[in-house]
Amino acid sequence: MATDLRSARRAQNWGRLFIYGSLAAMAAFYLMPLWVMIVTSLKSLDEIYSGSFIGLPKAVTFDAWAKAWGTACIGTKCEGLKPYFVNSLVMVIPAVILSSGIGAINGYVLTKWRFKGSNIVFGMLLFGCFLPFQAVILPMAQVLGRLGLSGTIPGLVLVHTVYGIAFTTLFFRNYFITIPDELTKAAQIDGAGFFRIFFSIMLPAALPIIVVSCIWQFTQIWNDFLFGVSFTAGDSTPVTVALNNIVNVTMGRKQYNVDMASAMIAAIPTLVVYVVAGRYFVRGLTAGAVKG
Amino acid sequence: MATLEIDRVKKSYGQMDVLKEVSISVGDGDFLVLLGPSGCGKSTLLNMIAGLEDITSGQIRISGDVVNDLSPKDRDIAMVFQSYALYPTMTVRQNIEFGMKIRGVPPEARAKATKAAADMLQMGHLLDRKPSQLSGGQRQRVAMGRAIVREPKLFLFDEPLSNLDAKLRVDMRTEIKRLHQRLGTTIVYVTHDQIEAMTLATRIAVMKDGVVQHFGPPQEVYDRPANTYVARFVGSPAMNIIPASLQVGADGLAEAVVSLPSGEARIAGIPLSAAALKSHAGQKVLLGIRPEHFSLTSGPGLSVHIDVVEPTGPDTLAVFAMGGTEVIARLEPFAAAAGDRLTLAVKQEKVVVFDASSETRLD
Amino acid sequence: MQKPISLKDRLAAWLPQLVLTPSILAVFVGVYLFIAWTAVISFSSSKMLPRYDFVGLEQYIRLWSTPRWITAVENLFLFTVLFLAITIAVGLFMAILLDQKVRAEGVLRAVYLYPMALSFIVTGTAWKWILNPSLGIQKVVNDLGWHSFVFDWITRPEFAIYCVVIAAVWQSTGFAMAIFLAGLRGIDNSIIKAAQIEGASLTRIYLSIIVPMLRPAFLSVIVLLSYISIKSFDLVLALTNAGPGSATEMPSTFMFSATFRRNQMGVGAASAMMMLMTVAAIIIPYLYSELKEDRNGH
Ligand SMILES: Nc1ncnc2c1ncn2[C@@H]1O[C@H](COP(=O)(O)OP(=O)(O)O)[C@@H](O)[C@H]1O
Ligand SMILES: [Mg+2]
Repeated sequence: MATDLRSARRAQNWGRLFIYGSLAAMAAFYLMPLWVMIVTSLKSLDEIYSGSFIGLPKAVTFDAWAKAWGTACIGTKCEGLKPYFVNSLVMVIPAVILSSGIGAINGYVLTKWRFKGSNIVFGMLLFGCFLPFQAVILPMAQVLGRLGLSGTIPGLVLVHTVYGIAFTTLFFRNYFITIPDELTKAAQIDGAGFFRIFFSIMLPAALPIIVVSCIWQFTQIWNDFLFGVSFTAGDSTPVTVALNNIVNVTMGRKQYNVDMASAMIAAIPTLVVYVVAGRYFVRGLTAGAVKG
Repeated sequence: MATLEIDRVKKSYGQMDVLKEVSISVGDGDFLVLLGPSGCGKSTLLNMIAGLEDITSGQIRISGDVVNDLSPKDRDIAMVFQSYALYPTMTVRQNIEFGMKIRGVPPEARAKATKAAADMLQMGHLLDRKPSQLSGGQRQRVAMGRAIVREPKLFLFDEPLSNLDAKLRVDMRTEIKRLHQRLGTTIVYVTHDQIEAMTLATRIAVMKDGVVQHFGPPQEVYDRPANTYVARFVGSPAMNIIPASLQVGADGLAEAVVSLPSGEARIAGIPLSAAALKSHAGQKVLLGIRPEHFSLTSGPGLSVHIDVVEPTGPDTLAVFAMGGTEVIARLEPFAAAAGDRLTLAVKQEKVVVFDASSETRLD
Repeated sequence: MQKPISLKDRLAAWLPQLVLTPSILAVFVGVYLFIAWTAVISFSSSKMLPRYDFVGLEQYIRLWSTPRWITAVENLFLFTVLFLAITIAVGLFMAILLDQKVRAEGVLRAVYLYPMALSFIVTGTAWKWILNPSLGIQKVVNDLGWHSFVFDWITRPEFAIYCVVIAAVWQSTGFAMAIFLAGLRGIDNSIIKAAQIEGASLTRIYLSIIVPMLRPAFLSVIVLLSYISIKSFDLVLALTNAGPGSATEMPSTFMFSATFRRNQMGVGAASAMMMLMTVAAIIIPYLYSELKEDRNGH
């Protein structure tokens, strides 16, 4: 009996070892690209070409970061990523606020003020979550042109808001549906109207999903490339497009350290959001699978 | 203070009729209970009184005024919900004052009303907590406080006690009764619990599938249910419904013949109008007999064979076969044991007769 | 007797619909009308500028006789199969391991998931560097002493698509893991205990009881990953720029270059319509079943 127990214990220990070993190996694999990006961005170009790939830099230098931020050439201009980073910020902030705000009120109407056909409206919106944007970029380019918005940041804000509504509405609808209808009924009897109920009762109760929606929209819009590359050019492109341009220059000796620093700069905002509020990010991610 | 008239009110969702021509009217200060199983349309009716649902057809009048198209806030009502419906991000005080704030009641008056309600419900110490920090019973109190400060013409309650545990439910029931006695306001109260209905109501409307089966004072609903559905729904254990045949007795009164394992037996002297007796004599009927209307007798009576006994403490429920169905009698403790042969008397003046096919009561 | 209804009340009755109207309009125009518009262009002879004539299926015929498009479709198929199979296998494996009450679960989960927060352009840039044969992984292994090790897929047309698969798997596994983990956490523990009492081994319990119970999670993961793979555009562009040659062309990159680089707007629109139809064929039944369950669940 005692030996039985001991061998069972030993089998369990091997099992644990296997579990932690596998998890650690996978963690190493998933961290490796980030590691490589960071160390490469801190090396001098000579060190890189002398064959140091994965190791720590012999001498840490921030030259590549400075260059990526301030002087790298994109097209004919050599101002670094900075202006494009600013473009992305100027685009992402209004687009996040607009799309989340509209999604919140849509979710409120679709759960607490249902009307004939409101389910159809929701179904129509929902398909928008899965729209392959290739199917709309041609007409969108035409319309933006006619509105005088092509190649502008407001144009991108409009596009991201329109195509963000589907997801934000889904978030808020699925959240508000868990709030009992009796709450709105009680408020109606208390004399609160449509907007009063929304602002004093629903919104304060929706704080977690507001965070989820804003984080999701921020990540999606910041990381967007297709709309940026299709509807903007030159000075008004967002940072992802600028990054791609830096990386794809083919003249001269390829500056891998600048490429990596640029990639890090483009990645930092979303990474920071992920580190600070990862829990909410995961909720947004799994909410895409309508039920997880 | 208000009267309430529900006049041929109908409600449909698309093709589905949820309420079919409901008519109920109650006087000032009445306590109306809408009683019925889940899904019979009680909440729908209550929401229509509140103005939270449209009325498909018919009229609802409060104090004589048609309110069909009035919004909830203009109906001078207050409502308490099963889930309490407290605003989760507000404190108890803010919850109670929310409605007054919207109506523009000045701060001093708000504070005074809140204090009065808090005193009445003994919840002064809870005022600065959030709903999530309260127990079920406390939440229920807050919900009632929120309704009281409104000083409405009409209180509406939708299963307010269903989420509480059994003990608390009884306490809060008393609390609500006390509230009614103190304020004298007309109340409409929805429940599926017949004991709540019996203890609280001055008028009960028993509903099934969107139709009112019986509308009357509790004792009437209990003693002379309008049909076998009401008879079975009200009372625990339910009224026994026993197949029998009706005859004209020697005294000219109604007499029922029931089958027992030991042979046939007669229950004489059943109260029934001459007309009903005449039209149903010689036919199959259903007898309604409450369990407590059986008693042990040493004289003549029904000779039964006890199958199972269930002691409840104050009395013993004895189960036996009669008229081809299972029948329950409520007897004294230790009056019966399984396997006993007993002779039972029936309080014949309490026996109710139902038509065998329509199952409605014969008068 | 009847109190008058104020205009305000009557307006209030329409408020919800009114508030929803701008969104409905935006989505109607931005999604449905634009899809129809794209369809119209796909039936026209548009080249550099849209032209609104009708040439029937000409553009579709041209599309399907373009070798680049055939390559794109083949690539998409190969990519989707590999991407789904590997992502699901690794994601499920991760989720099961993480579900064994391991220490530092939060940290590990964060590590597996962070790529999801990155732009595909960043991912592509990083992996392009890692897969670079003269300076990346291959060089590292060579320097370690294994001189014959060759890992130059990114420069070889027949293998470059596998590089896209590697980067895409790296980016998306965390997502599959998160959904599977949520599914695992939703399973009643007493089921596992009951099976253990019956003497089933842990492997057995997972294979024959738990994994089948994850059906809804599988469905979600499959649908959403397929959707990611159909629209994957940025990753390909950043990693291989659809090359070498057109070896890693995908429908999304084909559509883009046909429309914006090669002045074949009609062909581009036709390819966009093909993509849309593929997505719709997967997503609409999925949404329908999810919504139907939703309604029954109520
Ligand atoms: N918005 C609605 N749409 C369709 N049917 C409904 C709706 N609300 C309630 N019902 C139906 O009306 C019936 C009565 O519901 P309800 O009044 O809530 O019952 P109760 O309160 O007696 O349990 C139920 O069958 C319910 O399914
Ligand atoms: Mg109800």
